[in-house]
Amino acid sequence: MLKNTSQSYGWISILLHWLSAVVVIALFAVGFWMVDLNYYSEWYRTAPYYHKSVGLLLAFIILFRVLWRSRQINPKPLGKPFENKAATLVHRLIYLLMFSLFISGYLISTADGRGIDVFDWFTVPSIGELIANQEDIAGLIHEWLAYSLIALASVHALAAIKHHMIDKDNTLKRMLKPLEEKL
Amino acid sequence: MKKTLIAAGFAVLLSPLAQAADYALDVKGAHAFINFKIKHLGYSWLTGRFNDFDGTFNYDAAAPDAAKISVTIDTKSIDSNHAERDKHLRGKDFLNVGKHPQANFVSTSIKDLGNDKLKVSGNFTLNGMTNPIIINAEKIGEGDDPWGGYRVGFSGTTTIALADYGITYNLGPASTHVDLELHIEGIKK
Repeated sequence: MLKNTSQSYGWISILLHWLSAVVVIALFAVGFWMVDLNYYSEWYRTAPYYHKSVGLLLAFIILFRVLWRSRQINPKPLGKPFENKAATLVHRLIYLLMFSLFISGYLISTADGRGIDVFDWFTVPSIGELIANQEDIAGLIHEWLAYSLIALASVHALAAIKHHMIDKDNTLKRMLKPLEEKL
Repeated sequence: MKKTLIAAGFAVLLSPLAQAADYALDVKGAHAFINFKIKHLGYSWLTGRFNDFDGTFNYDAAAPDAAKISVTIDTKSIDSNHAERDKHLRGKDFLNVGKHPQANFVSTSIKDLGNDKLKVSGNFTLNGMTNPIIINAEKIGEGDDPWGGYRVGFSGTTTIALADYGITYNLGPASTHVDLELHIEGIKK
């Protein structure tokens, strides 16, 4: 049950969803913490190194996820009409925020023409400084997008719990494991 | 009496060669540089610059003690050739450029030490704090330029303690002070 059906997500979508969730939360936590590190902290260089490497890997994963999703049937929404509209909006916003975070983060470190090393596997090259003070502007945007994403993801999680506990429908269940097709 | 008259006569003849004049730093042509140098962990020198600044000075070769200079620096323009480092330097840990977008120096007195050397005393404001400093300067040269202007240039160095300006981020014991180096050329207004 790798692919989606009209009633449930398949394992690939499920894996991509939870992997993204965990990595996004981890990136936020590390990002939030690392900016206050002191010069003499042993994590002063390593935390940003991991944040950038994992961030760029996540960018590739989300790119794949969007492509995968576009070629899949997506399960029918289960809520009321306004809930379904809200869900579509929020989901799209979450994707938009993620891509904006990847781009803004990339623009911070590459403003001086230097590429970003993804662990010691490869380097993503810089496209140069596009605007003056790029690292500062991109930095501010990156920070505020991050807070927005976590806020929106929290709403998303609460909504899923609401469907599960109050409406008692399959919204959450079908993102935990593929459900049997009901005829 | 006769000697005094002759001396006065010479002074009158020579005076056009030495005039007090206002000069503006040649910022458009970038013939002025404000550089800084600080130790990195005590293992090497890190150098950088401020790219945007402006200033004026008044100078008379015959009366260097009467000279004045004032320079204003856009602290946001700090440039050590590293985006992440420059972003950190502009932030709250160091220059806090959002709150203090300018640093400046205004001279209070200048002493001619002979041999084109000058001791420039004045107030330096950085990160919103002001302290008296001394810049050890020398005149490099002056004269007409090929395009109808008249220029004079100086170099100067000074060392400041970061803590005097409210910058207390721990960079280690070898990096408590920053050397500032100015190379400026002014065009007579």
